[in-house]
Amino acid sequence: MPRIFAYVVHRGGIADDSAAELAAAARKIDPTAAPTAILTGWGPDLDAAGSSLASSFAEIWKVANEALGYPNSELVRQALVQVLPPGSIVLVPHDHFGIDLSPGLSLKLNSAFVSDVLAIDGLEGNSLKLVRQEFGGQVNTHVRCDISSGAVINVRPGAFKAQPNDAPSGVVIDKSSEAGTLVARRRYLETIVAEAGDIDITKQSVLVSIGRGIQEKDNVGLAEELAEVLGAAVSCSRPVVDAKWMEKSRQVGSSGKTVKPKVYLACGISGAFQHLAGIKGSPFLIAINKNPKAPIFQVADVGIVDDLLEFLPELTNKARELRGVAAK
Amino acid sequence: MEILVCARRVPDTSENEIEFNAAGNDIERDELVYSVNEADNYAVEEALQIRDRVGGSVTVVTVDGEEGEEILRRELAMGVNHAALVSDDAFNGSDGKGIATILKAFVEKGHYDLILTGVQADDGAAQVGGMVAAMLDYPFASLVNSIALEDGKLRVSREIEGGNREINEIDLPCVLSIQTGINEPRYVGMRGIRQVASVPIPTLAISDLAIDPDAVGEGAAKVKRVDYFVPASSKEAELLHGSRAENANRVLELLAAKGGLK
Repeated sequence: MPRIFAYVVHRGGIADDSAAELAAAARKIDPTAAPTAILTGWGPDLDAAGSSLASSFAEIWKVANEALGYPNSELVRQALVQVLPPGSIVLVPHDHFGIDLSPGLSLKLNSAFVSDVLAIDGLEGNSLKLVRQEFGGQVNTHVRCDISSGAVINVRPGAFKAQPNDAPSGVVIDKSSEAGTLVARRRYLETIVAEAGDIDITKQSVLVSIGRGIQEKDNVGLAEELAEVLGAAVSCSRPVVDAKWMEKSRQVGSSGKTVKPKVYLACGISGAFQHLAGIKGSPFLIAINKNPKAPIFQVADVGIVDDLLEFLPELTNKARELRGVAAK
Repeated sequence: MEILVCARRVPDTSENEIEFNAAGNDIERDELVYSVNEADNYAVEEALQIRDRVGGSVTVVTVDGEEGEEILRRELAMGVNHAALVSDDAFNGSDGKGIATILKAFVEKGHYDLILTGVQADDGAAQVGGMVAAMLDYPFASLVNSIALEDGKLRVSREIEGGNREINEIDLPCVLSIQTGINEPRYVGMRGIRQVASVPIPTLAISDLAIDPDAVGEGAAKVKRVDYFVPASSKEAELLHGSRAENANRVLELLAAKGGLK
């Protein structure tokens, strides 16, 4: 059985929640696995993050290097290629860092790569069976991965539930001397924090959220009218921002804002996982979509299969009537 | 600047409901509307804008059957200088690494300063760009949402969590995977596509690129799709089946009940 590593993302001395999820994923590959955490970085933050993993991992491999102070995937890859034993299975969170790191890492390790894995069905010989999604989450697919020369597996954040585990003694092993010389041809300069918008969608109790189904910029007004009557705000999914129909500050999702309203009206939103990742606090979710197979209906409380451009004005009118009656 | 864009033809999910075929091993492809992968379209537009600022040329390549020509015509109509179809039965069943192997061989036939891909295609794997970069030993950045040329290097921003942007300097030649929304891709009408209908598009086979047949295709694939299935959902939405007006009233009742009406 190859050794299983979990690449631990950490910030400010604190390991990301994904660390425990990767440990859970490792046990789906091999229930008897004692996965090893591997983390890279520099200084007290790295040491603090490493120590905090003692309760989740039996062994924690630490690679300290000043050049790894910021997680530049090019340098992290170089270090990992030196440190990881041949044939390892490496689990990495499928986030902006994992997307940056893993394809090239798998290539340099001469191992297989499976991206954005939701579930692991188990290992038969050298064949690992996993679950992925295609077409924006509309269909699931089983894939088989030949792990005979190792594998890098990107794991979808939130897909595996962290499990309490008993044994680990949590030894930190310093692998820094094995990392070799790190040479950057891509240099991190700075992080530009997203601008705050006119309305803070993270503070709203009701969101009328629009997706690609709104079809064109002129239709955004349909959602704004409804939001006005309801006393709600309009948020959106990524395609609406890509098309420049709304500001980035209105975007819900992993690359946008994380919201926690009481009620979320998903209007013409397909329900890609990157979008759902931005909805927290289990709001009452009402989905309106003309495609009955849209993944949003798998997470919504109530669904309406209808044309948004017809349904929204109807809902606005009914809400106005209700308000009118209430005002008298 | 000599720029190569790797593009792919995919079913347009905004136009299609994805259905399985009878055997369950593929989706039903006969009725699907295909188009260029959305992120790839942004990559082509970005390449054109860079070329128009600093000069040079843009080439678009796709690995596909002869149908791949459709999207190449479209890119020619958008204004790219060259298009090439890489096509061979030996490529069938390639996994991400196989596709990257083919593209790497194509890159080595030319001289490119900058190679762009879309961040991901219909399989959501986001893998080929990073693999091509590693094969060529070029630096790589993913999720790129702006590019500026400065002193023979690029200043690129990457989309990271929360809408924040990570700014990096990257040496040329390099490979970048382009995130949607980086620009506003120009419109291409049927008329534009008709105007390039007679532009010859070269087709390259495995022998033209000196690719080892054992490195591509199903035989080389370490990752293989077994089947498609419907996602099992933890909960299923209660679908409203009333008239439009009834459904609207029900939504308002629910809003009131859940604290959504102020």
